[in-house]
Amino acid sequence: MKVSVDQEKCIGSGQCVMLAAAVFDQRDEDGIVVLRDANPPSDLDDDVSEAAQVCPGLAISVED
Amino acid sequence: MPDTRVPAYPMKRDCPFDPPPELGRIRAEDPVTRVRLWDGSRPWLITGYDDQRAVLRDRRFSADVRRPGYPHVTAGSRARRRRSRTFISMDEPEHGRYRRMLTSTFMIKRVEALRPRIQGIVDELIDTMLAGTPPVDLVSAFALPVPSLVICELLGVPYADHDFFQRCSRAMVSSRSTPEEAVTAGDELKEYLIRLLDRKADEPADDLLSRLVVEQAETMTRSELADMGMLLLVAGHETTANMIALGTLTLLQHPDQLAELREGDPVLIKSAVEELLRYLNIVHSGRRRVATEDVEVGGRLIRAGEGVIVATDAGNRDEKAFPDPDVLDLHREARHHVAFGYGVHQCLGQPLARVELQVVYGTLYRRVPTLRLAVPLEEIRFKHDMLVYGVHELPVSW
Repeated sequence: MKVSVDQEKCIGSGQCVMLAAAVFDQRDEDGIVVLRDANPPSDLDDDVSEAAQVCPGLAISVED
Repeated sequence: MPDTRVPAYPMKRDCPFDPPPELGRIRAEDPVTRVRLWDGSRPWLITGYDDQRAVLRDRRFSADVRRPGYPHVTAGSRARRRRSRTFISMDEPEHGRYRRMLTSTFMIKRVEALRPRIQGIVDELIDTMLAGTPPVDLVSAFALPVPSLVICELLGVPYADHDFFQRCSRAMVSSRSTPEEAVTAGDELKEYLIRLLDRKADEPADDLLSRLVVEQAETMTRSELADMGMLLLVAGHETTANMIALGTLTLLQHPDQLAELREGDPVLIKSAVEELLRYLNIVHSGRRRVATEDVEVGGRLIRAGEGVIVATDAGNRDEKAFPDPDVLDLHREARHHVAFGYGVHQCLGQPLARVELQVVYGTLYRRVPTLRLAVPLEEIRFKHDMLVYGVHELPVSW
């Protein structure tokens, strides 16, 4: 799975970090999303998909 | 003469733990429909989960309370929110500019770092309660002090003043308040915060209000900062406190699930928090917007200038999103609920609320295993008259 994030759309809700802390992080200064792993291992697919689904800013895109 | 074919909103509950039954009927029969408000206006009511998410993420729907057509909750709320304008009533890009001043404080790792302190507050309040003689009112002894102490520490507001700001806060969220009462309560609290901000500007401490008053000295007036502080203080109180008290009352009605929760499995505690957020959906007056363009939602055309109410209590009971939606199931995968809203205005404090509730639900019933209601359920007064739902008091014994 290939993941990308849009920091302009991010509102810093942190839901992605709760779901997949190995893939997403938040910038110290403003809590905006930072991608830690753009090609996460497949065992994280469900968590990453859920993060994209619940993201309130629609800031996460995933490709199979 | 009012058109009686258009249902009045808000509607009445039958069961104190469920949304009004009429909302469920409307969701099944006419999920995007007109309702009639207190002022005679007829905004659209959105009751289906998918339509709700579509509206809340669509920037053609504005949260700006000054726009004509915005569906106000009460006359008091209209007066107060127009007077004290914060980022929850702004659209992009202005909204994001203000919100991003705050997001670092509520990010996951900062809030997780507060967990031990929150645990300490919870344990201390339980110690005090257990040292007293039952029955006690769980709201005033525990449910309100927990989030109040936490938000006070975070903002740098002296907890010693809690009687004052809790009184203001109550008047601000009561739908019984007249516009004058709501505005006066807001003004009093704002004056208090301006004085506090003045002191923090002279002697900054390690708290959010100090940080803002220093960092935003050039960009925000003292009045704007006080409005922002007021929003955080009120929102930090009225929501978590109600989830604690109403959540406890709900769990007491489901003793088998409460017994399981008491075992302390952290995975179950987390999913219990999400399920109770979904099931109780305490922000029960709907998320409100006004269309800035013509937009089609669920096959209906909403015209520019028309108001929209997103009833998340109905969305969180939509069987298309949650199988057997009226069943409380602490094991349910409920994280996609819309209790915190959705879109750019989704609750800023949600990471803090989650940790507070996880600590509370994971501690209170374990430490007070015999906790029970001290009066019959029929005697409990529910907050039908408040913008945030819950119970006014919760007499408990153990």
